[in-house]
Amino acid sequence: MEFFIISMLNGLSYGLLLFMLSSGLTLIFSMMGVLNFAHASFYMLGAYVGYSVAQAVGFWPALVIAPLVVGALGALFERISLRKVHKYGHVAELLITFGLSYVILDLIQLIWGRIALEFRPPEILQGPALTLINNSVKGLSVLWGAAPAELCSSADAAVRVVCSPFPATRGFMMLVALVMLMAVWLLLTRTRVGLVIQSALTHPEAVESLGHNVPRIFMLVFGAGCALAGLAGVIGGSTFLTEPAMAATLGPVIFVVVVVGGMGSLSGAFLASVLIGVIQTFAVAFDYSVASMAHQMGVPLSDAALNNSFVKLTLSQIAPILPYLFLVLILIFRPKGLLGTREG
Amino acid sequence: MKFALKFVAATVAIVCATSAMAQKGETVKMVRIDPLTGLLGPVGVSQLKGYQFFAEKFSGAGNPAGVKFEVTGIDNKLSPTESLNALKAAIDQGARYIIQGNGSSVALALTDAVTKYNERNPGKEVIYLNDAAVDPDLTNSKCSYWHFRFDADTSMKMEAMSSFMETQKDIKNVYILGQNYSHGVQVAKYAKETLARKRPDIKIVGEDLHPLAQVRDFAPYIAKIKASGADTVITGNWGSDLSLLIKAANENGYTGKFFTYYAGVTGTPTALGTNGAGRVYQVAYNHYNMGGQMDKWMKEFHDKYKDDFYTGATIRIFQTLGAAMAKAKSTDPVKVAAALEGIKVNSFNGEVEMRKADHQLQQPLYITVWQKADKKYPYSPEGTGMTLAPVMEYANYVSSTPTSCQMKRPS
Repeated sequence: MEFFIISMLNGLSYGLLLFMLSSGLTLIFSMMGVLNFAHASFYMLGAYVGYSVAQAVGFWPALVIAPLVVGALGALFERISLRKVHKYGHVAELLITFGLSYVILDLIQLIWGRIALEFRPPEILQGPALTLINNSVKGLSVLWGAAPAELCSSADAAVRVVCSPFPATRGFMMLVALVMLMAVWLLLTRTRVGLVIQSALTHPEAVESLGHNVPRIFMLVFGAGCALAGLAGVIGGSTFLTEPAMAATLGPVIFVVVVVGGMGSLSGAFLASVLIGVIQTFAVAFDYSVASMAHQMGVPLSDAALNNSFVKLTLSQIAPILPYLFLVLILIFRPKGLLGTREG
Repeated sequence: MKFALKFVAATVAIVCATSAMAQKGETVKMVRIDPLTGLLGPVGVSQLKGYQFFAEKFSGAGNPAGVKFEVTGIDNKLSPTESLNALKAAIDQGARYIIQGNGSSVALALTDAVTKYNERNPGKEVIYLNDAAVDPDLTNSKCSYWHFRFDADTSMKMEAMSSFMETQKDIKNVYILGQNYSHGVQVAKYAKETLARKRPDIKIVGEDLHPLAQVRDFAPYIAKIKASGADTVITGNWGSDLSLLIKAANENGYTGKFFTYYAGVTGTPTALGTNGAGRVYQVAYNHYNMGGQMDKWMKEFHDKYKDDFYTGATIRIFQTLGAAMAKAKSTDPVKVAAALEGIKVNSFNGEVEMRKADHQLQQPLYITVWQKADKKYPYSPEGTGMTLAPVMEYANYVSSTPTSCQMKRPS
């Protein structure tokens, strides 16, 4: 049971990190129709800027400053290059963000070097957020913070006690993602700014004739999307690793998230990222393979078949590619995504 | 007359001396092909520094042949394909000695490429010195005359590790976790084989392979290991794959033992911290507190680079190469390869031998445990205040394993 809860928490926290990233991507896509290939690069930039700022003034200021810096850089990019190619259509926009991802990668390697940095979370986030104590006599209990050592061991050999701490960094990651989801949703649906943004998407001429500066709105939306990626970067970089390959490893997964969730759908992105996070975490736990399934169903397999590397392949081994499998299935059976509204 | 005789004798003596030491003063260009970027970049970068540090130490009067060693690095991004390009580049730069270690996947590709290259380019042969790739196939089914391994292979390390585990009666349930490529697969295979032989009562409660240098988050694996009830984990992981695994184990409260190959490699000591005390073991051919000259070198290395030196094979490569070149009286790889076969050298911990049958260095192995650095074992890597203290030493014959290599020697 504690295995299930801990795995669930692990999966949820990973999924929510994916959401922090994909929300910015999907926001930009739904507002501007731009598929930002450099989005994961802004995530990485956030981690690196966060690292440098944290070195200078500490983690908490970095959590605010880094996203602002990344957002400003994103807005600047929109202003000086993306806007220029807008008139040439989506392919040009796609290509320019694709190129940008390479520029950012190389700039980061020039400035911060090619090897991983040690981006430590602040002292307060280094311990466990909560501890699950599974006592074979007293049952399962939850304790906030770290559990004292005497609770995790028993003098009686017959009593089995297992303590499973859940790291505070991950708890914090979940908290920030949820706050962010609420904030973005409220901003878009409950404020005047949100109304203007939404209408600028479908009726830019009408909005413009009402006196709003539509290009500036787009610039701000792009900047805000990048800032969200930057925020995810500070948290992801300090929880996992800050290194030049971090964009390349998360980049493809967030595209899976926005496609599975439905292009441009914020709630779809939320659902898809949590789903993918949980599926990937739980897949690691299962050792089912074609061979073991056949064994359980009583289908005899020849020795040659049992030694076949595909038959032996377990679910835990293919866990890393599951999101992509999911992507292909969604594209075949429901091309608009889980909660997408857009056709084609 | 007398003078003339003396003159002739002196000339003859000089000619003899110079022809005997024809290689003296020559520069031996060596290229190390290894990851210098990416997740495992820190390991390759640290080891390259070690090569350059010791190339200086062993050059000139530092080796019996009197040659000058020169080592440069080419980044292979841990990819076999990139490594073949790097090999071409190294040969174009005039290097006849190639060093590689990190990644048996790379090593298998390189040994194949070097063998083919030498067949096709007689007179331009290249020697491949392997300092860390431990897949036993490299000195068994896929052995090559041009490949020399200075690390101990997985079968040898497992032999030593299981001999030690045989004495640890509290080990009951073992989990095997590895990287999903030749090395991880071999570790799992030999772990099961040797444990079944020496401790048949131990249960293997789980076994997993994960992608090499891809996983950032080991929490799901730790949750799985905990759920399996394993009291011990055997892993051949190295670099970030070990340090992130240990980090996740600490964060998620896993308290079992770890039997590793590479706990001393860059980044892992920091991840271990004080949490790993007394429950992380390493099997290797050297450790932090070898004593004697090694201690002085390590201190000097640390002062110079603010880094820890742990790849003792570096020293042995220069020692054996120097001895072989003196024996062959040449730096020509064809002659040096012949001289390397069966050569015995006194290294930092006694005599080691490059076995002729398969080109596997026969050497003592150590089991060490992670604990607080003290007076007896003072060297502390990465400023952790901890060290790897030896608990058991296995002489050459214990870890020596038979080989099935049928070496094809150039006629």
